[in-house]
Amino acid sequence: MKAAGLVSSKLGGFTRTCAALAASVALGGYAGAAHALAQPWQLNMTQGVTETSRTVYGIHMLAFWVCVVIGIIVFGAMIVSMFKFRKSKGAVAATWSHNTVAEIIWTVVPIAILVLMAAPATKVMIGMAHTEESEMTIKITGYQWKWGYDYVNVGDKPYHVHFISRLDIASDKTRQLKSGMDPYAVKQGNEQTYLLDVDHPLVVPTDTKVRFVVTGDDVIHAWWVPQLGWKQDAIPGIINDAWTNIHDPGVYRGQCAELCGQDHAFMPIVVKAVPKAEFTQWLDQQEAAYAQAHAPAAPAPAATPAPAAPAPAATPTPSNG
Amino acid sequence: MATQATAHHDDHAHDAHDHHDHKPHGFFNRWVFSTNHKDIGTLYLVFAFIMACIGAGFSGVIRTELMKPGLQFVQPYFFNEMTTMHALVMIFGAIMPAFVGLANWMIPLQIGAPDMALPRMNNWSFWILPFAFTMLLSTLFMKGGAPAGGWTMYPPLAIQGGDGVAFLVFSVHLMGISSIMGAINIIATILNMRAPGMDLLKMPVFVWSWLITAFLLIAVMPVLAGAVTMLLTDKYFGTSFFNAAGGGDPVMFQHIFWFFGHPEVYIMILPAFGIVSEIIPTFSRKPLFGYQAMVFAIASIAFLSFIVWGHHMFTVGMPLGGELYFMFATMLIAVPTGVKVFNWVSTMWGGSMSFEAPMLWAISFVILFTIGGFSGLMLALVPADFQYQDTYFVVAHFHYVLVTGALFAIIAAIYYWWPKWTGKMYNETWAKFHFWWSMVFVNVLFFPQHFLGLAGMPRRIPDYNVAFADWNLVSTIGAYGMFLTPIMMFVILWTSKRSGAPATQHVWEASHGLEWTVPSPAPFHTFETPPLIHDEDLAHGDVTH
Repeated sequence: MKAAGLVSSKLGGFTRTCAALAASVALGGYAGAAHALAQPWQLNMTQGVTETSRTVYGIHMLAFWVCVVIGIIVFGAMIVSMFKFRKSKGAVAATWSHNTVAEIIWTVVPIAILVLMAAPATKVMIGMAHTEESEMTIKITGYQWKWGYDYVNVGDKPYHVHFISRLDIASDKTRQLKSGMDPYAVKQGNEQTYLLDVDHPLVVPTDTKVRFVVTGDDVIHAWWVPQLGWKQDAIPGIINDAWTNIHDPGVYRGQCAELCGQDHAFMPIVVKAVPKAEFTQWLDQQEAAYAQAHAPAAPAPAATPAPAAPAPAATPTPSNG
Repeated sequence: MATQATAHHDDHAHDAHDHHDHKPHGFFNRWVFSTNHKDIGTLYLVFAFIMACIGAGFSGVIRTELMKPGLQFVQPYFFNEMTTMHALVMIFGAIMPAFVGLANWMIPLQIGAPDMALPRMNNWSFWILPFAFTMLLSTLFMKGGAPAGGWTMYPPLAIQGGDGVAFLVFSVHLMGISSIMGAINIIATILNMRAPGMDLLKMPVFVWSWLITAFLLIAVMPVLAGAVTMLLTDKYFGTSFFNAAGGGDPVMFQHIFWFFGHPEVYIMILPAFGIVSEIIPTFSRKPLFGYQAMVFAIASIAFLSFIVWGHHMFTVGMPLGGELYFMFATMLIAVPTGVKVFNWVSTMWGGSMSFEAPMLWAISFVILFTIGGFSGLMLALVPADFQYQDTYFVVAHFHYVLVTGALFAIIAAIYYWWPKWTGKMYNETWAKFHFWWSMVFVNVLFFPQHFLGLAGMPRRIPDYNVAFADWNLVSTIGAYGMFLTPIMMFVILWTSKRSGAPATQHVWEASHGLEWTVPSPAPFHTFETPPLIHDEDLAHGDVTH
C-alpha cells in the first residue's frame, strides 16, 4: 500500500496499517481523480474522462453530501436523546405525540430537497439520450464471454472492420481455479491489469462524438467503462444506443456488468483513446486488411462504386444519426 | 425443538385447572397437524432460523472465495449457484417466513382474537414451505446443478441452466401459494376478528403493517408465478415469451419480474417498520409520535411500491420519458419513509429511555436502515445509477436495508416477545454482547462494499482485479464475525428456555397492548372469549391522536 510507505517506518506494522487507512480515508475521498485504474482502498467513484462522467460524479457527490447532512441531523438527534433522555439519569418521559409544525416542515423540506437533486439529474439524462450528430458509429456485441466490435461508419463512409476482444492470456491462465499463479504479476508496465486487459482493445478517437449501438448475441450482457460515465445493457434482439466524447488520450478499462454465465467476470473491456490522426491511420489500416482478406478471386469488371458490396453481415447496420 | 414440545406436554399433562393450555397429545399431532397460531408461528420461526443458517452457509462460500484475488476454492459456475441460492433462500426461506411467524404469533394476541380466521389453511401455508425448499435445495445435487442465473432469473441466461430451473419454478410456485394463503388469512383475521373496541385506528402499528403487507402479497405473488411459468414454457414447451428470435422480448421478463420484485422488497420491510414502532415507545416510556401519520406513511409506501419497478432496469435502454418518470416516482418514496424515521426519533426525544436488547436492536435498525435508505436515494438518480447499477454499491444498499433493516427488526421482535412466548427471560448481558458483536461485524462486512462498488467492482463475480483486494478482505473478516451470531442467539435462547428467570405478565415496564394482558407464557388458547378492552391498556387507545 502506497499510503503505508508514507508513514514512518518506526511504527509497528499494525499501527502503520491503521495510519494508512486513516490517510486513505482523508485522501481517498478525493479519488475522484481520473486514475486509469481503480486504486487499492479506493473510497469514491472516478470523475472520469468525459463531460458526462464529470457531471455524473457531481450528481453523485451532491446526493452524497445531502445524505451526510441529513444523517448528521437525524443521527445527531438520536445520539443526543440517548444521553439526555435516559431513565438511568432520571429523565421523566413527556407525553406529547404530535407537533404539527414539525410534521409539515419535515414533509415539505424533503420534497424541496428532492426537486433540487432531480433537476441536474434530469438535465444530464436529456443530454445522454441525444446520440444524434455523432461523427462515427461503433457496434458493440456481447457474447458469452467476449466482446465483438464493428466499426460501422465514420461520417458517410462505411467501414467493415470487425474483431473480437477477449480476456488477455496472462489473466486467463492466472484465473484458473487453483492455478497458484499470482494475480499481482499480471501487469502492463506499472498498471495492475489482472482481469482488466484484452487482446484487441477498442480504439477510438479523442474529441469526437462517438455513437455506440449495443446488442447481445446470446444472453444479456452490459458494457461498462466507469471512466466514460455510462453503462448500457447488451440485449439479444434489442439495439441500444449511447454516445461518448473522450477528451484525454489514454487507456480506459471496464467490465461486463450483467450476469451472463460462468465467465461473467472474465470478459473485460479496454478502450484506447488516441488523437484523431492516429485513429484514422489505424482504422484505414484495419479496413485495408479487411479489403485484402475479402478481395474478389477474379479481377472485377471496372470500379464498383464506393458504398458497396454488402459484407456478409449477420445483422443490418443502422444508419448514422 | 422436539424435546421442548414434549417437555411442555409433560408439564401440563396433569394440569387440571388450566384448560386453556391443553396442547394436542403427541409430537406429530401437535406440530404436523397444528391449527394453533402460536405453534404455527413457532414453526415458521424455527424454519426461518434453519434456512437463515443455510443461506449464511452459501454466503460463506461466496465471501471465502472473494477473500483474495484469484480463484482458490470454487469454479465460477458453482459460485453463481451460490449467489443465486443465497438470495433465494434468504429472501423466501428466512426473512419472509420469519415475518409470517411473527404475524402468526402476535396478530391474534394484539387484536384480541382466539386464533387466525382460517386455522387449517394456516397449517398448509406453513407445511408447503419445507417441501418447497427441499425441492429447491435438492437442485444442488442434480445434474446441471442449482439455478445459477441470479435470484432475478433473467432470461435468456436463466433458461440456459439444467433441469434445476424447472425445480426452481415449481418451488417458487409453492412458496407463492404459501404466501398468498397466509396473506388471505391475515386480512380475514384483521378485518373480521378484532375484539369489540379494537377499532382499526387503535390497532398496533405492527398489525397495520401486516394488513397492508398482506395486500401487497396477494397483488404480486401471482405476477411472479406468471413470470416463472413463462420461463418454464420458454425452456421446455417452445414458447418465445422472452426469446427475441421467436418474436419475444427478454426485457418483458424484467418488467414483469420487477413489478413483483419491488413490492416484494417492501413486503420484507413494512413488518419491520411495525415492529420498531412497537418497541421504541415501550422502551422510551412515551407514546409513538404521530401514530396516524405512521399508518398513513406505511400505506403510501405500499402504494408507491407498485409504480417504481423500472428503477431496477435503468440500464436496459428504456425511453427517456420512462426513465425520468421512474426516477421521480422512486425519489418520492423518501418522503413517507423520512416521516417514519423522524417519528421514531421524535418518540425517543423527550422520553425516559432504557436500553434492553430489543431497544438496542430497534435503535440500530433506525440508524442503519436509514443509511440503506441514503444509498437507495443515490441509486434513484438515473445518471448516477449508470455508475452504480450491477456493482457492489447495490449489494451494499440492499444488504443494509435487508440485514440491518429487516433481519435486525426480526431479532428485536424475538427478544421483545420471547418472554411472552416462553415465560422466561433471556440473559440480558449475553443479549447485549450478541447485539454489539453483530453491530460491529455487520458494518465491517457491508460498509466497505459501498467503496468497492464506487471503485468499479461489478457484482456476481467470483474474482476481481487486485485493486479490489483490500476492501474485499475486510468484508470477508466481517462475514466471519457475523457467522458466529446465529450460534450466539441460539445459545442465548436455548439457555433461556431451559433455565431463564421467570417473566412477569407485563415483562417490560412500559409495554402497552393486548398481548401484555395475558400470562407469560401465553396459554395455548387465548382470548377464547373476546377481552374487555380498556383504552389505557392499548398503545393507541386514544383515538384523538
